[in-house]
Amino acid sequence: MKITILDYGAGNVPSVERALQRLGVESHRTSMPECISKAEALLLPGVGHYAALVRAIDENHLRAPLIDAIRRGVPFLGICLGLQVLFRSSEEASELRGLNLLPGVVSALPHNVKLPHMGWNQVEKKRESSLLSGIDPGAYFYFAHSYAALDSRDSTATCSHGAEFAAVIEQRNIFAVQFHPEKSGDSGARVLHNFLRLAA
Amino acid sequence: MSLARRIIPCLDTDGDRVVKGVNFVGLRDAGDPVALAARYNAEGADELVVLDIAASRDRRPTFLETIRRVAAELAIPLTAGGGIRTLEDGRAVVRAGADKVAVNTAAVERPELISELSREFGAQAVVLAIDAKRAGDHWNVMVRGGRESASRDAIEWAQMGVAAGAGEILLTSVDRDGTQSGFDVTLTAAVSGAVTVPVIASGGAKSPAHFVEIFREGAADAALAASIFHDEVQSIRALKEFLASSRVEVRLPC
Repeated sequence: MKITILDYGAGNVPSVERALQRLGVESHRTSMPECISKAEALLLPGVGHYAALVRAIDENHLRAPLIDAIRRGVPFLGICLGLQVLFRSSEEASELRGLNLLPGVVSALPHNVKLPHMGWNQVEKKRESSLLSGIDPGAYFYFAHSYAALDSRDSTATCSHGAEFAAVIEQRNIFAVQFHPEKSGDSGARVLHNFLRLAA
Repeated sequence: MSLARRIIPCLDTDGDRVVKGVNFVGLRDAGDPVALAARYNAEGADELVVLDIAASRDRRPTFLETIRRVAAELAIPLTAGGGIRTLEDGRAVVRAGADKVAVNTAAVERPELISELSREFGAQAVVLAIDAKRAGDHWNVMVRGGRESASRDAIEWAQMGVAAGAGEILLTSVDRDGTQSGFDVTLTAAVSGAVTVPVIASGGAKSPAHFVEIFREGAADAALAASIFHDEVQSIRALKEFLASSRVEVRLPC
């Protein structure tokens, strides 16, 4: 199986590629609609501003093929902004529309804590989670974000920083994590490994 | 369950070698950046910082090659800095594999650099490095590798930097750097209390007790050190075990 990485110029694409390489998986990056349509499994990394991701999706005409592929059941993994864009919208750029594949919106984390939520944090399992399979419950993952899905019904694990938010989402073929598995050492590698197994 | 305090080794590089000086001068060779990066990644470092200390004097494309080679070894975040003057400089280090860009002297001279980088990469990718030196009842911002005073208050500059879009402050005490007499707790607590973003304390670390102190009393979110790790005076694993036993929350390597 080959992983298609949606490349919109996000800074973490090379590290995602390296992480997949270490797991012995072939990947290729693309920003072409026809490559998205043909993908066996899709990975959407993302870091930075929500608006940059949404604009890149629309400027490259990727919205329709992406939604179509996900609706057809193509395994999808969203990382960080790649999780946030699955919802209807985000407070970070409320004039823009997300992919609206999951109910809910993305909101700013409360300002009574240091922001961005940056560094290593633990997650709390809420339901059976395939992505977290085999991972120690005390494991840490690397987060770097100021916005989060505070009201998602589809989270299998949450994290807390000022407020509880969706850390892991698993909904049929839609998988997403708010942390960066490609930057989260061995526990992150295990999450990617689990996704690859689920996608195969 | 809460955010762990981070331990960050720093590689000060000159070309393709790691160097270390005392109070920003008197450099000596401290090893191969790629080998050190691999070791720290395996030992449980939470992030890695690579600073090209020679870059403010002379542009060195070898630094980008060093970033590429270091990034290939890491499954943890990488910050790169040193001589970042323009958005294009920032793009180059991100393309080479850095997750965050650290800016220092050029941001003091042209604060818009912070906003430009922040708009392009997000605040979480912009680290404002501040070299602070005590001057009576406040701290001055120092530039050009800690050699010149920018005649600017360090706390005010930290707040301005955050307002401009920095997502993190890397705060180095010029007074303590290289002395191994402990982090500057007063300085770090003052800056950490004045900004809304995480603060990385740097300069003066030697013993594990210094790290406990900077997290407890200095309100640091992360602590950075170089030579004690390079010289194997302190292993990251042993340091984290000591912190955990002192009830400082850390991510213990497996």
